[in-house]
Amino acid sequence: MSRLRRFLRTPEAVAGTLLLAVLFAMALSASLLFPGDPQAIAGPALLPPFQDWSLPLGTDRLGRDVLAELFHGARTSLAVGLAAAAAALVVGAIVGTLAGFAGGLVDEVLMRIADAFQTVPGFLLALAFVSVVGPSLGVVVVAIALGTWTGPARIARAEVLSIRERDYVAGARVIGMHPMEIAFREVLPNALPPVLAMSSVIVAAAILTEAALSFLGLGDPNRVTWGGMIAEGRTVLRTAPFLSIVPGIALVLTVLSVYLAGEGIVETTAVRRGLS
Amino acid sequence: MTRALVLLRRRLIGSIFVLLIVVIGTFLLLEAAPGDAVDAYIVSTGGDAGMIELLRHRWGLDQSELTRLANYLWALLHLDLGQSVTFSRPIRDVILERLPTTLILMVSATALSFGLGSALGIYAGARPGSFRDRFLSVASLALYAVPGFWLGLVLIVIFAVDLRWLPIGGIETLASDRTGLDRAADIAIHLVLPVSALGFIYLALYLRMMRAGMAEAWRQDFVLAARARGLSRRRIVLAHVARNALLPLVTMLGLQSAQMLGGSVVIESVFAVPGLGRLAQEAVAARDTPLLLGIILTSAVLVILINLLVDIAYAFLDPRVGASEAGA
Repeated sequence: MSRLRRFLRTPEAVAGTLLLAVLFAMALSASLLFPGDPQAIAGPALLPPFQDWSLPLGTDRLGRDVLAELFHGARTSLAVGLAAAAAALVVGAIVGTLAGFAGGLVDEVLMRIADAFQTVPGFLLALAFVSVVGPSLGVVVVAIALGTWTGPARIARAEVLSIRERDYVAGARVIGMHPMEIAFREVLPNALPPVLAMSSVIVAAAILTEAALSFLGLGDPNRVTWGGMIAEGRTVLRTAPFLSIVPGIALVLTVLSVYLAGEGIVETTAVRRGLS
Repeated sequence: MTRALVLLRRRLIGSIFVLLIVVIGTFLLLEAAPGDAVDAYIVSTGGDAGMIELLRHRWGLDQSELTRLANYLWALLHLDLGQSVTFSRPIRDVILERLPTTLILMVSATALSFGLGSALGIYAGARPGSFRDRFLSVASLALYAVPGFWLGLVLIVIFAVDLRWLPIGGIETLASDRTGLDRAADIAIHLVLPVSALGFIYLALYLRMMRAGMAEAWRQDFVLAARARGLSRRRIVLAHVARNALLPLVTMLGLQSAQMLGGSVVIESVFAVPGLGRLAQEAVAARDTPLLLGIILTSAVLVILINLLVDIAYAFLDPRVGASEAGA
């Protein structure tokens, strides 16, 4: 349990984990505490915060409950962030393992494709993808993953390059295991730790990209998103700036807690490798 | 500098392949979009079935996908990106008109984040583990968690709405007939907020890299040697520790360029800056896929060029870099 103790001794990591737990609780309890459509009109329009205790954070331009929107937005943010990061990590780990283990032409082709993906600004690619396929939660997840899988792929490949020369891989060859089986059952699991160490950065980036996409009106129109709330509040920025500021603070706290908790976990499990 | 030339040639050949993948991939992606340029055109102008047929034929949209890709690549060789439906002008001209604005925004924001970020990184890394080090570490993480577009809105609320110190958006005062230095100063004032919103986010990245690099450099033997020679602490920090930590940051400049370009899409939208990013958004809104394709290609070329420049700069800065390491 020394790892846990070391983790608990880092105040930043503990704060991040607690904050993240609160956000998850918000996301999970959204339907319980605020049943019904969060996009439905709940009171008079543009009610300032802390005026009416049935609507603690006030209402937006259309009279929707800001607190309810905030809770439901937490759900979208975390769901999209986690799903996009998971997709990017899985695709990246598989592509990286294939490239590193197969070598030769396969490696060359896969890495040039990764180069191409890294050359196009990820956000522009996500923008193009969503505008082609149409905005929905799944499409946004894929759009974000398109721009982020290359990082995990490169790290997995570098790791596989060193692992494939190890004795147990040679042993697996000798007993006649199929190369695909060696790649995915022997090599890939051992190449995972440094790839997983990136996950907090990727989740954080995915949450920020989702927010930016929905800020530009390319999020799922049927769901409340913090980015969408900020964009909505922007139209009344002069008279009611809190409508844009409140969801932004929620975003900052979410991303920060992901960073802090992730950094704490990586540091205590010591899989960190020369990355700042 | 023959080494640099070899490196340059290898990178150029690789870049052409990468660019080809980008063109074909993006072309096929945008092909999958429902509706084509003719639909977009008809929606905005109106017209009957005969006109639709005529336009499809004139713009070559009745040909097979492969033929059109071949035509596109052939036109691309002549630096022709096609015709924009929404602007009724060659796409190349529209993009070239918007590009300088985005470049100014990017270069200024990069200068801000790199300059201030590395300076603060040196300040923090000069005394590892001190209060200012820990404070800057957490503060930079918090800054890195801020969405750029939201920071932009907050800056607008504070400096443009409340204090009225700076303009709320745009790139220059409209219809003011300013020229020369006067106009440059006007543009500079308009750029303060967008550059801050874009630059402050990435500042954290350089700060953290610089700090991590310095922590690494403190443990090296040459620092011990410098101490043994009785050099002042200030001199050790600046001439030995910071100098060695600076090189990876130069590489980061290239890697960050794609991110910066993506970030400017949203920032340009927040501040109504008429650059490439805003053009991309206009293209999406108007379903002008050839224009979007052109913008993505231009960004890719830009990212490749910036990375080439960074590689060349790196070869000059670090004499250890040889052509053999260039492929990495």
